[in-house]
Amino acid sequence: MSRAAAVIGVGQTHHRSRRTDVSIPGLVREAALRALEDAGLGFADIDAVVLGKAPDLFEGVAMPDLFLADALGARGKPLLRVHTAGSVGGSTAIAAAQHVRSGAFGRVLALAWEKQSESNATWALTVGQPFSASLVVGAGGYFAPFIRAYIERSKAPEHVGWEVAAKDRRNALLNPYAHLRMPGITPEAVAASSMLWEPLRYLETCPSSDGACAIVLASEEAARAAPGPPAWIRGAAVRSEPIAFAGRDAVDPRAGRDCAADVYAQAGVDDPRRGIDAAEVYVPFSWYEPMWLENLGFAGPGQGWRLTDGGATALDGDTPWNPSGGVLSTNPVGASGMIRFAEAAQQVRGRAGGHQVEGARTALGHAYGAGSQFFAMWIVGSERP
Amino acid sequence: MSAAAPARVAVVAYAAEVHPGGTPAAEPALVHCAVTAVLDQAGIDRADVGFTCSGSFDYLAGAPFSFVGALDSLGAWPPISESHVEMDAAWALYEAWLHLLSAEQGDSGSTGSGGIALAYGFGKPTQGSLPDILARTLDPYYLAPLGVDADDLAALQARAAIDAGVCAEDAAGAVGGAPPADGAAAVLLATEPAASRIARARGVRPAWITGLEHRIDVHSPAARDLSRCASAAQAAAAAGVDKGPVHVAELHARHPHEEALLRAALGLGPNTEVNPSGGPMAADPVMATGLVRIGEAARRVADGTADRAAAHAAQGPCLQHNLVAVLEAAPEGGPR
Amino acid sequence: MPTEPPGADPLAPLVGAHTVAFPGGYTRSTGPVIGRFLTELRDGRLVGVRAASGRVLFPPTEYDPRDGSPVTDDFPEVGPAGTVQAWCWVPDPRPAHPFDRPFAWATVLFDGADTALLHALDMGPDAGADPPRGLRAGLRVRPRLRPAGERTGSITDIACLRPEVTAIRDTGRLDYTIRADAALTRYLEAQTEGRIIGSRARSGAVYVPPRDLDPADGTPVTGDVELPPTGTLTTFSVNHVPDPRAPQVPFVTGYVRLDGADVDLLALVSGVDPERVRPGMRLRAEWLPPEERSRTRPSIRWFVPDEGAEAGTGEAP
Repeated sequence: MSRAAAVIGVGQTHHRSRRTDVSIPGLVREAALRALEDAGLGFADIDAVVLGKAPDLFEGVAMPDLFLADALGARGKPLLRVHTAGSVGGSTAIAAAQHVRSGAFGRVLALAWEKQSESNATWALTVGQPFSASLVVGAGGYFAPFIRAYIERSKAPEHVGWEVAAKDRRNALLNPYAHLRMPGITPEAVAASSMLWEPLRYLETCPSSDGACAIVLASEEAARAAPGPPAWIRGAAVRSEPIAFAGRDAVDPRAGRDCAADVYAQAGVDDPRRGIDAAEVYVPFSWYEPMWLENLGFAGPGQGWRLTDGGATALDGDTPWNPSGGVLSTNPVGASGMIRFAEAAQQVRGRAGGHQVEGARTALGHAYGAGSQFFAMWIVGSERP
Repeated sequence: MSAAAPARVAVVAYAAEVHPGGTPAAEPALVHCAVTAVLDQAGIDRADVGFTCSGSFDYLAGAPFSFVGALDSLGAWPPISESHVEMDAAWALYEAWLHLLSAEQGDSGSTGSGGIALAYGFGKPTQGSLPDILARTLDPYYLAPLGVDADDLAALQARAAIDAGVCAEDAAGAVGGAPPADGAAAVLLATEPAASRIARARGVRPAWITGLEHRIDVHSPAARDLSRCASAAQAAAAAGVDKGPVHVAELHARHPHEEALLRAALGLGPNTEVNPSGGPMAADPVMATGLVRIGEAARRVADGTADRAAAHAAQGPCLQHNLVAVLEAAPEGGPR
Repeated sequence: MPTEPPGADPLAPLVGAHTVAFPGGYTRSTGPVIGRFLTELRDGRLVGVRAASGRVLFPPTEYDPRDGSPVTDDFPEVGPAGTVQAWCWVPDPRPAHPFDRPFAWATVLFDGADTALLHALDMGPDAGADPPRGLRAGLRVRPRLRPAGERTGSITDIACLRPEVTAIRDTGRLDYTIRADAALTRYLEAQTEGRIIGSRARSGAVYVPPRDLDPADGTPVTGDVELPPTGTLTTFSVNHVPDPRAPQVPFVTGYVRLDGADVDLLALVSGVDPERVRPGMRLRAEWLPPEERSRTRPSIRWFVPDEGAEAGTGEAP
């Protein structure tokens, strides 16, 4: 293990479909100031800022790190802008951790955001150049065929998707920052919602949100001085693979499996289902819970849906997934990965509030992006590694 | 910080593929040329690279996810440990440098990886109007709606520099901006023992990074003293540019007055040869241009032309964000 | 004095127009409070008056309407912004109205005031018959004053109220010239002739569309290969979300593994009821008619079932 690094502050905005009450700087500051307050710090205490978001076409401001430098107190400091598609929130947190682990920085502010209401997500993700004839209709249209392939492969019953959607929305009711609030949500209500991209129904898909998330990362010395409990980074890894090549398995991508194996090895986790007390995993469409249960080694091939179906991933199950409500409840794209990483940290800090997993000591944060090809993961623990 | 730490990371290979005036070749093909060249120079296989980081800019092509296609040119299979910055690739090199420093601390896991990292950048700025594209980076409330573009703002800074006596009017106005070129560049970084091994095999010296720092200034040109470049001066001081003679400097100056401002910010005297490569005024492969500066400076340290060199990269309106590297043949206190 | 025109119908009811208007208009003395208000307004300032209770009345009166007590001679400035309290939407303005397009009447409590002003609220030229979504109690508004030279000292010196600025529209556009690379150009040109070109990688894998490099190992491909227009459906989705690129919903997008290829081609699947689409089904390309083909886009319209048993089982989508 290299130098220790820990999360000492976490902040996020209240996520909504339209945060028309704030500007872009106001949105990012809302998260940043909450994280700094949590860490007992001000902007002056921060040595470097790492900013992440998904494509700039979402807001139509190119390289927005340049104009946001002032809003994040970054004048005269290093500011790095990461972009790895949907995994960017995770990649940004890991890049910030890298700053600390290199020994060059004591306290680093990582922040990820998206203000989707400034344009339209489907437009921003599919602006096509001439000569191509992309047939993909939004992210749902892209992922639906792979979900169908998973269902064919695993013989999973269709209600598993409805269960995931209802479970995550129930969890969101315990999270004051979550976007979607659906009291009384049931699998039946999900099943009754309209079909969008068969086999995906409306309530099996993530919302579009405005929101930001911030994390303060600290060296061991700075973590010891923090007012709250640190979440120690026990392992962090990224993996990427090309979007399409002969022999690729887009349902169970090797980049995800390799990335998980890497963080488990760093954190000394042999069996994730036993060794990880809470998991915040990037599940933008219901079926990605059973798919990632298998990809991340929580279940054997074709068995992931049985864990969901048996209630294992519920808040009171033996391996809770997305106690915060997950991406299915809150999805400011660029920030969604960092929210996973931050919620994992809150679990081991005992700061998850209403969605706290009792006694969580080790937690997984996970993000993926583009064509299920970019992965970022970390494992955080209440104990220093 | 790095200026005080012993040098542990060296530039061991550099290549660029630049097409002034543009090319129909797609970005992945440009990246392939540059990356293949550095791997060939170093005599290593892509599997020997433990971490990869790229820099690119979606707005150059007017489509999202330019870095996704570029991955096709690397042969990223089995999957690789990789990141991307929406910045000039000099900052991709910075992230790769951080990765190597923390990996050298004994990171377990496969990200530790043999101490070799790859940074690359690419762009095709000839597909659109670069001054207008760069104008999209401006504050969307107070600056962008004015219709002011990157060349206008450069001229604003040129006037400020002239009025302050930093440069002469005829020098500032003599030449236009840097000519956009399509291209890609790649740099290999290594820690010991790989650094010395690769350099020995190539018959060159490792170019040790003895300082690597970047700083950003406030955004609005109206809020800055445009007659100096404060964030470049801060980065240069932190990187320790003044701790020894600078034989060669490669500066990311897209206009003549920017070279004058940057010479002052880095404290370069008349004995420093600036932009022997021709600099961005010869060709500006946007998003690779800053990385090219580091590569060109390192090349002169590697081949013995210079013992100590400075490299500089910039982005943002009126040199808002600046990165400075110091490269040395045999730095004091290092390598270990 | 109404008169009937000659030849009018003598049996029609007798009607006449009548107008009451005092010639030259009434003269209204304003007194010390209303006069002060209107004078300040003509100068571009909004003032209220402080009541004995400390409340600020706006617009000011000589008395506190709550208890009739006299007001003080303190005229504090209020606004310029205020908050909408009550409102109604006027979709069809009448001639006396200040606008000839839809607008709102609103009562507005100006900042620093304790009583509200009624005035017209302009929600913009694009507002239609239905109240705009942003129109609600709590909306923050500001007055638009008439130009100084046109102000006369009248409540209509406030031309109207307008919502505060909460968003701006960025209509910036960028124009690009994109050049297709050699592999894409070959692919599209071959399709205009009804041929499908792929490329063979060093590993032997066949890619379609053709590529310069094998993404799996980054090595240059060895050359082009021609592929048949037939293949097998790997997986698919039935899209119920309308899209301009598909004729109607629901439509099927599928991954088609052309015979001899090692990667899937994403394509529309047609000529079959979406309910009957299955992974593994045999498909063949249906081409655009030659006159509709262009090398600027693929010339395969979509894929259709290639088995007699399945042909004609559904309408083309």
